[in-house]
Amino acid sequence: MDWNTMLSYNWGAMMPEFIILGTAMILSILDLFWPKHFNRRKLAWLALTGIILACLSLISLLSFESVSILSDTFRLDSFAKAFKLLLLFGAGLIILLAESYEPQEGLHEHRGEFYYLFLTALLGAMIMSSSGDLITLFVGLELLSLSSYILVGIRKHDLKSNEASMKYVINGGISTAITLFGMSYLYGVTGSVNLAEMSRTMAALTDGQLQYIMGLAFFMVFVGLSFKIAAAPFHMWAPDVYEGAPTPVVAFLSVISKIAGFVIILRIFLSLFQTASGDVFGALDFLEKNNIYIASLAGLTIIIGNVIALRQQNLKRLFAYSSIAHAGYLLVAVATLGGGYFLMDTVWYYLLAYVLMNIGVFAVIQLLSSQSGSDDISILAGLGKKSPYLAIAFTVFILSLAGIPGTTGFIGKLNIFLGTFITEPGHFVLAGIMIAGTIVSYVYYFGLLVQVFFRPFHSDKVIKIRSGLYTVLIICVIGTIIFGVAPNLAFDFIHDQFGDFTDFISSK
Amino acid sequence: MNVYLLSLLVFSPLLGIVMVALMPKKEERTIKQFGFFGTLPPLFLSFFLCSQYYSGVALSLFDIKVNWIRFGNLEVYDPKLFTVNFELGLDGLSLIFILLTTIISSLAAIASIYIKQEWKGYYLLFLILEIGMLGVFTAENLILFFIFFEMTLIPAFFLIGRWGFLEREKASYSFLIYNGIGSAVLLVVILILFARTGTTNIAALTQMMTMGGVSLFAPISGSMKYGLCLAFLIAFAVKLPVFPFHSWMVRVHAEAPPSIVMIHAGVLLKIGAYGIIRFGMGIFPEQYKSLAFTVVLFGVLSFLYGAFLALVQTDFKLVLAYSSISHMGIVMMGLGALNEAGIQGAIFQVISHGLIAALLFFLVGVLYERTGTTMLPKLGGLAKSMPVFSGFMLACGMASLGLPGMSGFISEFMVFLGLFKSQPTLAAVGVIGLILTAVYILRAVMLMTFGKTNSLVEKEKWDLKGLEFVPALVLLGLIISVGVYPNLLGGPLQGTIEAMMLALGGR
Repeated sequence: MDWNTMLSYNWGAMMPEFIILGTAMILSILDLFWPKHFNRRKLAWLALTGIILACLSLISLLSFESVSILSDTFRLDSFAKAFKLLLLFGAGLIILLAESYEPQEGLHEHRGEFYYLFLTALLGAMIMSSSGDLITLFVGLELLSLSSYILVGIRKHDLKSNEASMKYVINGGISTAITLFGMSYLYGVTGSVNLAEMSRTMAALTDGQLQYIMGLAFFMVFVGLSFKIAAAPFHMWAPDVYEGAPTPVVAFLSVISKIAGFVIILRIFLSLFQTASGDVFGALDFLEKNNIYIASLAGLTIIIGNVIALRQQNLKRLFAYSSIAHAGYLLVAVATLGGGYFLMDTVWYYLLAYVLMNIGVFAVIQLLSSQSGSDDISILAGLGKKSPYLAIAFTVFILSLAGIPGTTGFIGKLNIFLGTFITEPGHFVLAGIMIAGTIVSYVYYFGLLVQVFFRPFHSDKVIKIRSGLYTVLIICVIGTIIFGVAPNLAFDFIHDQFGDFTDFISSK
Repeated sequence: MNVYLLSLLVFSPLLGIVMVALMPKKEERTIKQFGFFGTLPPLFLSFFLCSQYYSGVALSLFDIKVNWIRFGNLEVYDPKLFTVNFELGLDGLSLIFILLTTIISSLAAIASIYIKQEWKGYYLLFLILEIGMLGVFTAENLILFFIFFEMTLIPAFFLIGRWGFLEREKASYSFLIYNGIGSAVLLVVILILFARTGTTNIAALTQMMTMGGVSLFAPISGSMKYGLCLAFLIAFAVKLPVFPFHSWMVRVHAEAPPSIVMIHAGVLLKIGAYGIIRFGMGIFPEQYKSLAFTVVLFGVLSFLYGAFLALVQTDFKLVLAYSSISHMGIVMMGLGALNEAGIQGAIFQVISHGLIAALLFFLVGVLYERTGTTMLPKLGGLAKSMPVFSGFMLACGMASLGLPGMSGFISEFMVFLGLFKSQPTLAAVGVIGLILTAVYILRAVMLMTFGKTNSLVEKEKWDLKGLEFVPALVLLGLIISVGVYPNLLGGPLQGTIEAMMLALGGR
């Protein structure tokens, strides 16, 4: 590869990534050379600026045709654009959250690291959503994972934080190994790491033996990635890690990490396994034949997440299980492929809803737990009397998580259900599990609202809200309501901008 | 102007919400006044609609339809596919329910003077609840119906759980879970219909399900139609509630503040009946017909079960709760009769019970305010200390047991008239309930008003006064006028019932 070919690439397609990378580098250098007494909190604004710039450059790229550079390892197609927008939006909110973090012991002595590790993790997630190649996909995944291992353990004098970090490293390491092992089989079967090329080879495969190996690869990749999105039975790490990590990091794990997990699942499954044939006659496609496994995992995840959440007394653990359940709902959409009509917009919209409501909830938790120094459910008690507006915001998020009409969560669930019913035979069992899970979730979600509105408050401390957190709350509340009442704002946007995501696997 | 009238009606409580929200927390008097004023715009608008109807304006003129949500990207097939419109509409049936809602809401707002704390939150939720109820009865598609339906659920949960009596939180939880399950079943049915047909418009669905339209996607098979119809019935049977699903409602009646029970018994339960008529019967007439026997069976069961249990209760609120179950049984019996008299009787019963239950619970509120109890053994001799109150109580009890000249008589008479025509055996069994009703109501009213004077109620100046006369007189007036001149309701219902009978194959 000579200089001229390097220059001939359309590097503009990578602009958002370059901006994030550049910001991360500037931040790390500044952190190194700034005097010790200098407040690292200000780095947040630099990081936020970087994210906003990246977002703007991505928006300016929206109208461009999809391109692929670096011999099709990096693609900027509708899928990449759509999910990068979500990632950047979520990341921006979390940076604001981190700026307002006021812990007993924690971020303030390590603030510098937090911001640039956060940005590299984001970079990893963005590369994942844009990769057209197993290698870049894996590099992105590792970049995200390694950064988040450190982020979890960033409160280095806190025992729980250390424990969480250790658990996360071990679990994450195992899952990565399994994923990589599965990918190696895929490479063995197809002889390529380029997704488009692999998909062509796999579509032509009708040899039963090779298909068997393909099945093995599918299982391993799926199991490995299930760790990432914390789907049952590979969810055990989530509650411990959530409990130990600082709140902004938890928000990051439950939102950015989860989006990235679904991005890689969609990338690999849709481009490789959907076109592959599932039997020797080439009649059934692979995913159609094997979606029972995804479906059963989805069902299990919903049941376990919701049922165990019932008994949680620690807010972070409760929301860990709640986020497990939500991963289950999203897996339903993946398992049914949205009925063939609703996949991409369903997943995208649900993740948007999830970004808004979950970051909102964590904003409230962060505020309350840093003031009381505890994560127990009882810190919510009496919030309705003490600070009615905060209570109303919290209620909006909870209602959205519970899927009550008028919020984004409802429309998101509705979309998933449409996908389960539209095909013949419909996925009635899966839909049944999902609706039963939703009912069960009412119990613990409304249990929180009972604390907020029906219980008397313990401490008279006035709740002070920093401007960053205030902004996050306002954006999340408005978003949750607006996209719930007028979801067409989001739907029309994706349909107009990205159509049917038809450029998803077609190469160049 | 016409087009916006319905949206204006549904969302007019927002005006009150804004006014109450702007008030400082402590201004008890002003908040209560504003809360009451907030229920007036929908009241007057519904009166206006009613007068328009009686002056001969077609109700379909008020329909509104605006594009709202488009799911999926299926424009290539048909731009209308998977589009949910914001569409409100009105016919005779919904007009009557709207009137019931606005009248009872305003009266319940007056009855809310007894709320002791956090008036602001109370009235905000109260008015949101009213928006939900008005929306339910005007929604022209299933998704919109469901959204408004859930919109009644959440405020009611808080209203019961925050302002109720001692066991309020338990009551609000069981309210939430039972209704949550009911609405989950409802949601599944709605979404199966939506996914398989691409529309949720009630008229379009009725057309498709009865005439059989072509489906672009997976079809709805015959047996699935039975399943869907049955699921509709179950979902609304939970709301109504019918015998095996009733335990939540007893708790709510016993623990919610009386003004909220007025709304709950007066309007919210009636959504169940409305749903069965609109969706179970309307969309799947064929399937409904073959399920009619079951409907009647469960109707008779609830009628008798409620009546028997009401017989032995010592808490007056529980007597009324079981009496509500029993009266909802009559509604089911009428709906299962499958003939004009039966269905008309059922709708009459819905309205009549709405008015009677509201009045009874208003009186319960008054009573509790004075004596601090509703236990029958502790009361007694009220006729001496509260003669006017006792008079209203007696009149209302008479209406509830179906004294001719009151609304209860007309409805029960018509239901049994219809039922004897189609299911004579079950109707004969049901008649036992009529006797039981008379017994338990007379027993309860006698224990309270006559008998030996209890020390609790010796004081003199406890009778109804001032503002309290308004709900009592208005409701009693309506009960009697419907009883004397049933065509007040019969007129607007005529068209709806005729259409229904046509779909059911007439008889």
